[in-house]
Amino acid sequence: MKKISSKIYIFLVFLFLYAPIFVLIANSFNASKSRTVWTGFTLDWYVKLFNNEVILKSLLNTLIVAAIASVVSTILGTAAAIGIYKMKKIFRSLIINITYIPIMNSEMVTGVSLMLLFVALHIDLGYFTLLCAHITFCVPYVILNVLPKLRQMNRSLYDAALDLGCNPWQAFRHVVIPEIMPGIVTGFLMSLTYSIDDFTISYFTHGSTSQTLPITIYSMTRRKVSPEVNALSAIIFVVVLVILLIMNLSDIRRSKPRKKVKKGGTAE
Amino acid sequence: MNSRSKLAAAPYLLWMIVFIVVPLILIAVFAFTTSVTCDAEGNLLTEEELSEYLAECEENEVEPELTERTVFTIKNILDVSKYSTVLINSAWLALIATAICLVIAYPLAYMISRMFYTRQKLALMLVMLPMWMNFLLRTYAWMTLLEKNGLINRLLGLIGIAPLNMINTQGAVVLGMIYNYLPFMVMPLYSVMTKIDDRTIEAAQDLGANGWQVVSRVIMPLSMPGVASGITMVFVPSVSTFIISRMLGGGTNMLVGDLIDLQFLGNAYNPNLGAAISLVLMVFIFLCMSITNQLDNEDMEGVLL
Repeated sequence: MKKISSKIYIFLVFLFLYAPIFVLIANSFNASKSRTVWTGFTLDWYVKLFNNEVILKSLLNTLIVAAIASVVSTILGTAAAIGIYKMKKIFRSLIINITYIPIMNSEMVTGVSLMLLFVALHIDLGYFTLLCAHITFCVPYVILNVLPKLRQMNRSLYDAALDLGCNPWQAFRHVVIPEIMPGIVTGFLMSLTYSIDDFTISYFTHGSTSQTLPITIYSMTRRKVSPEVNALSAIIFVVVLVILLIMNLSDIRRSKPRKKVKKGGTAE
Repeated sequence: MNSRSKLAAAPYLLWMIVFIVVPLILIAVFAFTTSVTCDAEGNLLTEEELSEYLAECEENEVEPELTERTVFTIKNILDVSKYSTVLINSAWLALIATAICLVIAYPLAYMISRMFYTRQKLALMLVMLPMWMNFLLRTYAWMTLLEKNGLINRLLGLIGIAPLNMINTQGAVVLGMIYNYLPFMVMPLYSVMTKIDDRTIEAAQDLGANGWQVVSRVIMPLSMPGVASGITMVFVPSVSTFIISRMLGGGTNMLVGDLIDLQFLGNAYNPNLGAAISLVLMVFIFLCMSITNQLDNEDMEGVLL
């Protein structure tokens, strides 16, 4: 009885989460511009989407900005984490607290504050400002993912490498980097996704030629009826689903031995 | 790593000062200043003097020589209170959305944490999947559903209920917040609940606790850190959203985010007032966080992911 009710509950929550998305996807194949009447199957909106230069250009902008921002943030953030790790406690906690600000603060305040900075410095809003803004909110994710890995690392490993004849750079390259690699990769991936997905901060720091995809989507939804948005959503949904399935399948396969241990402990 | 490796942080420290510290100082500077019109020598002009001077210039057909000067003022901060209804409304709607998210997410997170390991992974993936779509698209999806002749009203029509007015209401805005931020509540709750050992619950049952007692005396206290970070993660974006209210609230339900946007990129251009409202919002957010942090003594880094 309890099991059935919990299954129903889970089903209802997932229905709430997915029904709107599926309605959107269904509408992307709807011949009628109206979002409620089904008048027949069509792929017209997809054709229109791929011929829409504004969308394609903003998609390109998004990918370029995300790629540069996440690479720069990863380098800047990893170096920062190593430096912060070596600092005295008082400086370390001060810097970490400031680093948390862009994560904890409302995105809107971050966006507005950066816009004020660029205006005060008389820098025209465009690619450059967009990139600076994206790096600013991405670096903290790298730092906060790399720092714990540095703390977990055995300090004597580095010393051992030196004793065995490595110079400091070799010891860093062959001992420290592999140890903190999982943190670097997570930080990079988080930067990439946050940068691609960001709307609010980009909204305040982009220029008229440096529109990213979320900003284009925003201007499209303001026109109320734009079936191309449905088609775009359907494509994004499928892409994300495929990426997540691949990631999770490999994750589950890797953790199979661990699963057995867990199973023994659960009551199910 | 030797002590010189401290230098590795130098580029970031520079970046941090320029792009995190200075912008925040700028917000405070803008919030506490206003620009006033002065004559060519930089003396402050009253409104009367100014109009007199302008009229004089027009008579003699010469270009008026005026300069702008920035002066300290607390007028902007005081002006924020004029919009107190908007501020209270934002906080209230965000609070309702957060509470409903907690009520929905709490049982869900618990149920997921008691599944088989592989199923847990799958369920979590399904919870997170909508988050990977841009929130504009998700909100747009609800616009379609809630419209006057939208799908929900059509379904209601089939069973003979007159169309409801759902879009452009406060309820729609709250719904948008819940839909967009529900996963932010599920994730931290799940991550604390998965750490609760089954044996702890069994021990409570063995010692005679009934179902409610197990929940209130064992599961709830152990999940408090997750509750605290879930509340923060839903409340902060909800209270400062400006797109959800615009798309689902139809402009009549203005929130503090819309108000700030209006001062910077909208018709009511007034960056000083905008900065003052932003400052108030920021202080409010950090105050709320310090309250929820009291509940959450765990290291922050683990909860962020």
